Amino acid sequence: MQETMFIDPQRCIGCRSCVAACRECSTHKGYSMIFVDYIDRAETTATMPTVCMHCVEPTCALVCPADAIKQNEDGVVMSALKPRCLDCRNCVNACPFGVPKYNSEMHLQMKCDMCFDRTSEGLKPMCASVCPTGAITFGKYEEVVPLRRTKPVNVHVFGNQKVETKVYMMLPTNYDFVTVNGPVTFEPRSATDRPAGAEPESWIDTQVEETDKSNEF
Amino acid sequence: MSKVQNLDEILDRFGPHLHDAPADGWLADRKIDRVVPTHCPYCGVQCGINLLVENEKVVGFEPRYDFPVNEGRLCPKGVTAYLQIHHPDRLMHPLIKRNGHFEQASWDEALDLVVSKFKEIQAKYGKDSIGVYSGSSLTTEKTYLAGKFARVGLGTRFVDYNGRLCMVSAAAGNNKAFGIDRAANPWDDIPLAEVLILAGTNCAETFPVLNKYLWQQRDNGGTWIIVDPRETATARQGDIHLQLKPGTDVAVANGMLNVILREGLIDENFIAAHTNDWDATRGAIEKYTPDVASQISGVPAAKIEAAGLLYGRAKTGMIMHARGIEHHTNGVDNVLSYINIVLATGKIGDPGRGYGTITGQGNGQGGREQGQKADQLPGQRSINDPEARKYVCEVWGLPEEELPQAGISIVEMFQKMREGEIKGFISFCNNGMVSLPDINNIRRSLEGLEFNVNIDFLLSESSRYADVILPGTSWAEDDGVTASSEARVVKINKAIDPVGDSREDWWILQEIARRMGRGKYFNFKSAGEIFDEMRVASKGGKADYYGITYEKINRQNGVVWPCPTEESTGTPRLFNDKKFYHPDGKARFHPIEYKGPNEVPDDEYPMILTSGRVVYQYLSGNQTRRIGFLVQQCPEPYVEIHPETAVKMKIVDGERVKVVSRRGEGVFPALIVKTIRPDTIFIPYHWGEQLAVNQLTNPALDPTSKIPEYKACAARIEKIHSRELPLLGKGRQGASLSEVRRGK
Repeated sequence: MQETMFIDPQRCIGCRSCVAACRECSTHKGYSMIFVDYIDRAETTATMPTVCMHCVEPTCALVCPADAIKQNEDGVVMSALKPRCLDCRNCVNACPFGVPKYNSEMHLQMKCDMCFDRTSEGLKPMCASVCPTGAITFGKYEEVVPLRRTKPVNVHVFGNQKVETKVYMMLPTNYDFVTVNGPVTFEPRSATDRPAGAEPESWIDTQVEETDKSNEF
Repeated sequence: MSKVQNLDEILDRFGPHLHDAPADGWLADRKIDRVVPTHCPYCGVQCGINLLVENEKVVGFEPRYDFPVNEGRLCPKGVTAYLQIHHPDRLMHPLIKRNGHFEQASWDEALDLVVSKFKEIQAKYGKDSIGVYSGSSLTTEKTYLAGKFARVGLGTRFVDYNGRLCMVSAAAGNNKAFGIDRAANPWDDIPLAEVLILAGTNCAETFPVLNKYLWQQRDNGGTWIIVDPRETATARQGDIHLQLKPGTDVAVANGMLNVILREGLIDENFIAAHTNDWDATRGAIEKYTPDVASQISGVPAAKIEAAGLLYGRAKTGMIMHARGIEHHTNGVDNVLSYINIVLATGKIGDPGRGYGTITGQGNGQGGREQGQKADQLPGQRSINDPEARKYVCEVWGLPEEELPQAGISIVEMFQKMREGEIKGFISFCNNGMVSLPDINNIRRSLEGLEFNVNIDFLLSESSRYADVILPGTSWAEDDGVTASSEARVVKINKAIDPVGDSREDWWILQEIARRMGRGKYFNFKSAGEIFDEMRVASKGGKADYYGITYEKINRQNGVVWPCPTEESTGTPRLFNDKKFYHPDGKARFHPIEYKGPNEVPDDEYPMILTSGRVVYQYLSGNQTRRIGFLVQQCPEPYVEIHPETAVKMKIVDGERVKVVSRRGEGVFPALIVKTIRPDTIFIPYHWGEQLAVNQLTNPALDPTSKIPEYKACAARIEKIHSRELPLLGKGRQGASLSEVRRGK
């Protein structure tokens, strides 16, 4: 089986090594295509990396009016083709995972291509190479999954949209898919649970949004 | 004479400025001339990394998959480490302070000034009037030379190193219990342990790549017991979290051992055959029932009970600890109380059964082996041991009466500066104005010096007080070895020649010694020649490097000392034969009573303040606070406050509050989080000036290790009704508070 990525949020220590290393990729040198979220810093130190999930039927490609976003034969969703990209940012807005970025200097969409330059030479992608804990792992399904006590899940439900991805989430559950905006699987925080007047999100969460999570650079 | 008069000018010229790209920018198509395998300059994991060199500049890195410890993995500091090599803030020339301004000087001019001043001071006040303060981020060759430079080059007994702020409690505890100062097991043992006790170590942030082994252990079905006042990323991922009140570690450790004892889970045979002093220890443990331990520590008794049973019943298990238990006035006691658990259960000296200290600095282990500690000669020998003195003097060709006696710890040296006993000072590889406790007093010490010399490759908060600054090299510009936290000696390889007019620290020290008239003891032409002398000097000592060569390190991917002979491949696991390093071959128990921290909360200062680290910054931040990516992720320190406390004081998230202790105060944005105890607040320590938590910390010392109590002091929070928000990442320009304030 082909190699792919496995994302295990439980292991993520929020170090953003992946974010820093992503900048070394020669197709988008100096810019990272990854972001790492605090889930809710007021409650927990839990963090979560987001890399391109490489959808089997990529929403970004479906909404592209110029057919600029292609998958290679391994199912890796590539960055927009420069001659075709219309600068419309449909893909940036439509991706359910919030992954593609818009390079305002080059007027071009850019996204993770799973380090095509590295994988084509038999090297692991940068993020999976440096990740200290294995929260981002690159390898073959039959080699990675038996080592883990978590379940690989690659179907995500966003409201009415069901998305199957090349990349797996490793979850400590029996769920067969990840549901967003569906039945909530965690307890929402009560309003009285926070000091009066507090912002809904910790300022440190906001800070990360200010830096990493901008979809434009 | 060394006050800082022109801070604005210093900041303009030397930073910290934010910089975030290779020397010539982010270029896509490079023609890499060579790939240099070496190791990261930061923590004690000493991850392998390949540096990419183009046109004699380090322009990137490539994961070093073939180094077995990290197999390519790196933390964000490691990923961005190469950006410091050609950083615009690099010191390129010697600097002499004249009329308050740093002026560029030639090496001859600067060195001759240093030597004439040192001679003048020593003639007037005696040899011991000069203090030497070194560090453990240097290669071991340099740390070896630092001790020799102080004692032979300058003839002063006052030499110490910044590991005093880091590892010494562990070192002292290990020496007392085992007769040797080293982690007992290789990291390869971690995945074999059923249970891990991780005490006072937020290794997710401070030792990120160690998590590789921790998760391998978990994948094998292992469990973690975490002892920490905060629910750190490590604690969140663990199974039992003992969220204790800072400074109550002895109670928790004794409580666990009490459970183990009660349930008959001790190893009587091991205790009888291989240890001493169990009876007294057993007596001391009996009163620390889970209830008593719980009352002292604030940890629910049931959790202490569960943790004791989990570790006690497991066939294999390892205990590892770090600064959290060591940075205390009872740091050595804390360490010994955990070692008591190891010895009572006999879980030592086998695969998956063991004990380890987690060093902080890159060469935290090597830096405390080869003679830069106040009381130590090369090979972990005691300077008070007549045999050791005789041997080392023979190696050096030094008349024995010329070798000074033991010195004192660095915190005590700063005291002696204030008292006027130490008049001249030379420091390198440290930044006391950020990292020492009670920095207002540290500043007074530096300001009172007659002559102050600093070697660094980036001008630090402490360098500002120097009369002469000598530009050293970064880690990519010299050869040498370091010893990682598992005592694996690895080779740092030179990638490029020294940048600008900078020179290797060993060359600088040697040049001063030669000009002091001690040239016959300092004839090294390379780091390799220092290594060869050090091998001989360490021979027969506990940290025996005699059988280690650069070639062997490269061939084996590191050599774990002791390695006494050319045939030896090193000693990854100590105590395989249950032989310990005391003369009778036995390990020693120590009955430990709970004493508590030096300063406890009262009405005036009701909170416990503890300090620590974040993953984006390294130690005093002199290297990492200049790298854009790292600063963006964590631009400034904050104070973690529990919502219960915040509600009581009507503090909202992000509001700036003043934190006050008996020694000083600082203003920090509040980070309101449930991951800390309601009676405790936490501030990360990597910043200087008004952002330094060390304005507040307690300089009280452990009586044995002389480590300061960074991890617990009494403090209070005051509202200042400031609407100023944290210096958020994106819009932020400067790297220091002073820069931001000046709108730079």
